Amino acid sequence: MIDREHARPPALPSAPLPESADVVIIGGGIMGLATAWNLARLHEGKTPLRIVVIEKGYLCGGASGRNGGGVRAQWASETNIRLMKRSIALCADFATRMRINVWFRRGGYLFLARTDERAKQLAASAELQREHGLPTRVIEPGEVKEIVPELDVSRVVCASWNPDDGVVFPWPFVWGYARAAVSLGVSLHTHTAVEDLVTEGSRVVGVVTSRGVVRAPRVLVCAGAWSPTITEKVGVTLPSKPHRHEICSTEPLKPFLRPLVGDLQNGLYFSQSMRGEIVGGISNERVPEGLDQRSSARFLGLYAKALSEAMPILGHVKILRQWAGCYDLTPDGNPLCGEVDEAPGLFLMSGFMGHGFMIAPIMGELFAKHLLFGEERELFDRWNLRRYREGKLLSESMILG
Amino acid sequence: MSKIIVCRCEDVTLHEIDEAIEAGHKDLESVKRFTGFGTGFCQGKQCVALCARLLAERGGEVATMPITPRPPFHPVAIHALAQLVRDDDEDAT
Repeated sequence: MIDREHARPPALPSAPLPESADVVIIGGGIMGLATAWNLARLHEGKTPLRIVVIEKGYLCGGASGRNGGGVRAQWASETNIRLMKRSIALCADFATRMRINVWFRRGGYLFLARTDERAKQLAASAELQREHGLPTRVIEPGEVKEIVPELDVSRVVCASWNPDDGVVFPWPFVWGYARAAVSLGVSLHTHTAVEDLVTEGSRVVGVVTSRGVVRAPRVLVCAGAWSPTITEKVGVTLPSKPHRHEICSTEPLKPFLRPLVGDLQNGLYFSQSMRGEIVGGISNERVPEGLDQRSSARFLGLYAKALSEAMPILGHVKILRQWAGCYDLTPDGNPLCGEVDEAPGLFLMSGFMGHGFMIAPIMGELFAKHLLFGEERELFDRWNLRRYREGKLLSESMILG
Repeated sequence: MSKIIVCRCEDVTLHEIDEAIEAGHKDLESVKRFTGFGTGFCQGKQCVALCARLLAERGGEVATMPITPRPPFHPVAIHALAQLVRDDDEDAT
């Protein structure tokens, strides 16, 4: 899987933790690592930036290693469409640039509508996507059948189709960023937990970890569903909550399914990975509260029933494994990014729900530019936590699961 | 050099385990993610003990627990699993 010639340690054995840094990033998932790499890359040639990434577990242990690997630009909000278009372009170049195979396959995303109301929503989103240069089209059930002949389209009104969307294998994506970041001097510490934040007045000036204190004028929280537990240490309550999302994969099959198929009605989605497995999940509102990564039989039932109805031919295929990860679910479906007003020095890159992985390549770059050069003010204002205090909530209707 | 297979479902070789350890993966879960051992048809039933031993012999973690077991215990067909849904489950559409 790994190109041996270029293999460098992606998870270094614990070197001593530095006592101080310019930036500390909490969370060694894709968001934290993409940001670390971009900070280091964009600062190259100047005084080296001392960047420390703290990860409480192992790489790929959280949502970054537990998601379905979908990358799509079919969204309902202008910001998500614009950013995801750029993120997919970065995904397409990732293997060449990072010298690691991420199994990127551009088979498209097919969103099914089963009601007239949903059809209208998809049509409006598709139009917005076309305005941003995407080739998205709303297609009739007949054309859906041409793309996926095995689908039962008897209850499908229409579908939204973007052939440029795709899927990746999440694990090597994380290692690619980790390896590239470490090679640019980023200090990555796995198996190191953040226990507290160091403050001077309201200002955050460092982290207390299980292996010592690191002082830094800028502390970035990229901890996914664990983010609220970090900010709570300085009395900042985030509106996001962990929401368990389950997923499973089948025995490998010969490649036959081109796109990722999504049904916004019941939240069913499934695709065929480059390993041949059918990987998918389904919406499930009734899950245990809090950080819970256990699997349930109920999920398997809901998913299997919906999948065998959508594509009856899959009924005989066997499920090999199921697992779960947590969304960092915000009430308005938009993330929490930028500096926290109440705690200067503390920055957020959290509040992603199922799309954190796919948006991380571009968010890591934009956040680095924001921090280093003051760019992208509009985005980090729009997605700032303060919108909840000011009552200016946003919207996004194309969230799966 | 002949290949020594340690995970038969996913064709993971001894060499790949060595490489993972060399790359800094010192615990069983990390090595699993890096090599993909234990993610195939048997879900690790045949290879997890061997991989744990290889890791320990090479200076890595001495695992006291297997990798997180992933249900179902045996592969189960989708149409059989569909029967798990209760008739009164509101989320089933």
